[in-house]
Amino acid sequence: MEKFTTHTGIGVPLRRSNVDTDQIIPAVYLKRITRTGFEDALFAAWKGDPEFVLNQPAYTHGSVLVAGPDFGTGSSREHAVWALKDYGFAVVIASRFADIFRGNSGKQGLVAAQVSQENVELLWKLLETEPGKEITVSLEDRTVTCGELTVPFEIDDYVRWRLMEGLDDIGLTLQHEEDITAFEATRAAWRPKTLPAKHLPSVEIEAARPVS
Amino acid sequence: MGTTLAEKLWSSHLVRKGEDGAPDIIYIDLHMCHEVTSPQAFEGLRLAGRQVRRPDLTIATEDHNTPTLDIDLPIADETSRKQVHKLRENAAEFGVRIHSLGDADQGIVHVVGPQLGLTMPGMTVVCGDSHTSTHGAFGALAFGIGTSEVEHVLATQTLPLKPFKTMAINVNGTLPKGSTAKDIILAVIAKIGTGGGQGYVLEYRGDAIRALSMEARMTICNMSIEAGARAGLIAPDETTWDYVKGRPHAPEGEDWDAAVDYWRTLVTDDDAVFDTEVDLDASDLEPFITWGTNPGQGLPLSASVPNPEDFADESDRVAAANALEYMGLTPGTPFREISVDTVFLGSCTNGRIEDLRAAAAIIKGRTKADSVRMLVVPGSARVRLQAEAEGLDQVFKDFGAEWRNAGCSMCLGMNPDQLRPQERSASTSNRNFEGRQGKGGRTHLVSPLVAAATAVRGTLSSPDDLVDAPAALA
Repeated sequence: MEKFTTHTGIGVPLRRSNVDTDQIIPAVYLKRITRTGFEDALFAAWKGDPEFVLNQPAYTHGSVLVAGPDFGTGSSREHAVWALKDYGFAVVIASRFADIFRGNSGKQGLVAAQVSQENVELLWKLLETEPGKEITVSLEDRTVTCGELTVPFEIDDYVRWRLMEGLDDIGLTLQHEEDITAFEATRAAWRPKTLPAKHLPSVEIEAARPVS
Repeated sequence: MGTTLAEKLWSSHLVRKGEDGAPDIIYIDLHMCHEVTSPQAFEGLRLAGRQVRRPDLTIATEDHNTPTLDIDLPIADETSRKQVHKLRENAAEFGVRIHSLGDADQGIVHVVGPQLGLTMPGMTVVCGDSHTSTHGAFGALAFGIGTSEVEHVLATQTLPLKPFKTMAINVNGTLPKGSTAKDIILAVIAKIGTGGGQGYVLEYRGDAIRALSMEARMTICNMSIEAGARAGLIAPDETTWDYVKGRPHAPEGEDWDAAVDYWRTLVTDDDAVFDTEVDLDASDLEPFITWGTNPGQGLPLSASVPNPEDFADESDRVAAANALEYMGLTPGTPFREISVDTVFLGSCTNGRIEDLRAAAAIIKGRTKADSVRMLVVPGSARVRLQAEAEGLDQVFKDFGAEWRNAGCSMCLGMNPDQLRPQERSASTSNRNFEGRQGKGGRTHLVSPLVAAATAVRGTLSSPDDLVDAPAALA
């Protein structure tokens, strides 16, 4: 993962609350088995609307999304983060994030910056008054700056450190592999295992057919 | 001071306490995989030259984009077929047990785990699917994870996690006839909101919860994520062990006794303190439905479409106005006058045998409204077999419903089971998001009883609205 210290890019005001991950990327795009190339799927249902913010030329090349509260609710699909990143977003700003989305963002180097709703409203006004205006997000200082306005944001200390160092979680955990092995030795014998597989007798499942 | 059940589950799975702000490392007892959120995780392992650490604690099923018709033929949609085949290849390469389409143990991950007896009290359970909270019904700490975390669990059988806060949801009183677990959870979400549970593990408590069957408890825990919570759980009791006992992977003999002795300790201590508590009285709970485009936008069926102007909070007002426009609803319209095109009975929320029995009891001997299409999609192939053994399939077919093979189906419309634009559904699933069941589709979340009554009348209805009182409800 690349190290993240500061980012400057065009701010995009998305005046909607409860933007769930089905809106960020509809399920139909989740059939792909690659990890990249999801930019065409971002906000797919809204893309057809000429009024949609990303269809306005001033915002099309935005990289800092400023959204309403409860961003990223619903499905755990990490594809939502991939789609935002593939499109070019480096930061999402909102007053509240869904837990899984926030976690997924941290794993993929997308900064989920939590800013008070009052300050989100100020950012929206600035970005709408002057479309195409840039925002600078400093992970080092935990600040969002847009013109004269500088506001603080919250992010978990550990996630911030990991993003700034560009570290990968699996590698960090495997530094403690001995602890994992020691824990496994203490697990009760009755804890279920999937292998060897046990199940009721196999039975032929009749295929349902379309009704005419 | 005592500890809550969630805290006990956490501490009993602590591999390593985090230092200097680092997260704790938590051991994972069961990892379930499906075709949609796992391919990039297996690819990550391959690129890093890593193995699956514990294939014996891992299981895969095909559910999200599998068809519910013609399952003996190649999957018609090419990208779906490739994704399902990729899961099969990955399972073979990494030694992971898989239940494929056509196998009697294929089905929605959250239905398959419990029915195989792989889900038990006191476990940690994860899956790359937010409805993993379902397994919390057994007194397990169960939560959905993203694909990076799927890869992490495959490689290490652990997750780095920060402790959750705890919230008690106290549901007391006796649930009225015609109201169900689905109505409890829809009422809870309407009360605390879609963000109300953020950062929390919810523990459902109280005599109304104790009185529920295991399957009803799964319905409740399943939708914890819709309140923003990572997990929901219910302390195990006799109902829980009765359900687990005798299942294929349930402990036997002395192991069983040891397990039950341990499970009895899985309660929140009397002097434990929750970070937050919420109370709900079940005794006056009516059948609930959603009217909007998030699961918190719900009201009793006896109410009418709300007026956005009546919402005090501006963001709620805007959300309500957007939702009504999308849903094509006019404020003041009684819910019971809203016509529905499709009824969907199924999903990890309400696709288990009790749900099918409850709906079949309502429609038996009745005729489906001509204007309605009804899909019945069992949660697993075993649920389908059980229903067929009980003759429920015939009840559904006689009624005019389509009897399908198992999978996630129209809950999220990744397979061909989708709503058309502006088509309206009464759905026993868990999400009424815009486009969730098909682009432009309009979803009302309901219980299996409301789904069945709606299929009879063609408008949103409860069994009480049916002219001749159904015997099964008496």
